[in-house]
Amino acid sequence: MLSFRMALRSISSNKLRAMLTMLGIIIGVMALVVLVSLVSGATTSVTDTISGLGSNLLTVTIEDDKGQPITMETLENWTETEESFGLLAHYASDSLTGSAKGESGTFTVYGTTPDYYDIQGLQLAMGRFLKQSDMENQTYACIINETAAEELIGYVDCVGQAISLNGVKHTIVGVLQDDEDNLTSVFSSGSLVAYVSYGSLLRLSTTVASDITTFYVSAAEGKTMEDAEAAMTQLLMERFELDEDAFTVSTQDALEDTMSSITSMLTVMLGGIAAISLVVGGIGIMNIMMVTVTERTREIGIRKAIGASRGTILTQFLMEAVVLCMMGCCLGIFMSWAILQIVNTVVVSLNMHFTLNVTVVMIAVAFCFLIGIVFGLYPANKAAKMKPIDALHYGG
Amino acid sequence: MINIKDLCKYYLVGEERVRALDHATLHVLPGEFVSIIGPSGSGKSTLMNIIGCLDIADAGSYHLDDLPIESYSENQLARIRNEKIGFVFQQFNLIPKLSAEENVELPLIYQKMPKAQRTERVRAALERVGLTQRAKHLPTELSGGQQQRVAIARAIVTNPKLILADEPTGALDSKTSQEIIDIFHELHRQGNTIVLITHDNDVAKQASRSIHILDGRITEVTL
Repeated sequence: MLSFRMALRSISSNKLRAMLTMLGIIIGVMALVVLVSLVSGATTSVTDTISGLGSNLLTVTIEDDKGQPITMETLENWTETEESFGLLAHYASDSLTGSAKGESGTFTVYGTTPDYYDIQGLQLAMGRFLKQSDMENQTYACIINETAAEELIGYVDCVGQAISLNGVKHTIVGVLQDDEDNLTSVFSSGSLVAYVSYGSLLRLSTTVASDITTFYVSAAEGKTMEDAEAAMTQLLMERFELDEDAFTVSTQDALEDTMSSITSMLTVMLGGIAAISLVVGGIGIMNIMMVTVTERTREIGIRKAIGASRGTILTQFLMEAVVLCMMGCCLGIFMSWAILQIVNTVVVSLNMHFTLNVTVVMIAVAFCFLIGIVFGLYPANKAAKMKPIDALHYGG
Repeated sequence: MINIKDLCKYYLVGEERVRALDHATLHVLPGEFVSIIGPSGSGKSTLMNIIGCLDIADAGSYHLDDLPIESYSENQLARIRNEKIGFVFQQFNLIPKLSAEENVELPLIYQKMPKAQRTERVRAALERVGLTQRAKHLPTELSGGQQQRVAIARAIVTNPKLILADEPTGALDSKTSQEIIDIFHELHRQGNTIVLITHDNDVAKQASRSIHILDGRITEVTL
């Protein structure tokens, strides 16, 4: 406690120098805290958006059907018997070449059922979506998105026009709005999308199998997603001999996982770069502590003569380095907070809110403390090792 | 109190080995006021450093208060200096950033004495040198004589066995010097052991016993 007061005093006796020395630490802390807080703030806001979109449906993927493939009958049966399920829609997708009026492009073609429209909350710009009759008759009806309509046909109002998918002629029966609030649209923003009946896709694609491997489930009215998820898991466990690895039931989308792995990598990378600038700041501290020790050689001699042990002198100078570091750290955190406030007012339109990330603040504090110790140790040890008689006679 | 026998100390100056102390032998009894006098280069600073446990001799033995000083480590010596010796230097050697009372308090802090006890001791020490009014001042705000009195207060605040003064009047005018010497006389009367090192005969004469040192050899003169 006393050495802490002494350290404060000695630092305040040369404020400009202390400030300049701390600048390295301040900038390092600011870089670390601001960058990481920005990334984690952006991540939170994006993940919130994503989970907001996909929270009303289950995605079921079958990895291994154990000789009991799920068919359309199975799904129909489940819809009728299980009261927690609302709609079930299976689908498959493939990348196919679509062309119309001499233009062509790569489409993501979904083969699915009429219920897909409601379960995904799609919005038609015009025309209709798939109907039960399309399923039964395996018609060449096809629904495309606005982007595809504009790029291939040239205008949105193109119901009745022909489009060929992998050379097979289809009739456009509907055009879907490019709705930003929809999960599929977020995925496929800017890309060409077409929907056909499941049976049609089977004919068009060489990779899609007739066994259902992926389907969406929504919860029935008055039932929660948890109910539906529990019921679905139960059904699948029974069917697949209690093998959990045969299927996955997820409420959130893979996009979220990808997002989080990208952002955590980004956090580590930016944090690492900022940590390097903190180390540079630490070297600045070490440099100034070396000067301080030389300047105060005589003081060290006096202190030793009147009974300061090596440990006492070591503590005194180490404390000074650590206090210098921690003051820089506090200032840096405060300025980071100020910067984040400014960013918040600037990007208020983006609907994002940035706050100090508590974890990174704690990491910054711990790291600064460590830097103070590591870079303060050598100068402090140099001071502690001085012989009292040499130090006393230094400079007269 | 001080028991020095056949003490030798050598320095290497270039290729040449210089004998700063040459088989010096010296005894000081408790309660004595002894002056050590010699011209510059006579080895008196070396002797003072060794008596003050700031330096270790190359040969011979030194017992301070029956402690064999050669056998202690650096940290143990720091402790002995702190508890048994009070230093008064020619250049005062106060810490410029600390006030008078904080300078006096410092040796007690190194003893880890509780705050209340420290405050009382510091007050008493400053009173003995007549500087109670100046307790809060920084050394730079004090005259040379006042600074030296702060230094004396710092030396006596631990109640040391030995007060070791190295040219305490060297940087002062004659009137102030006499005031400082008077303080030493007063301390002597109160029973303190004082060793005073000087090159000034007038100062040396004030002690009850004077020891001459020349070329590292000691001759004892009783006045």
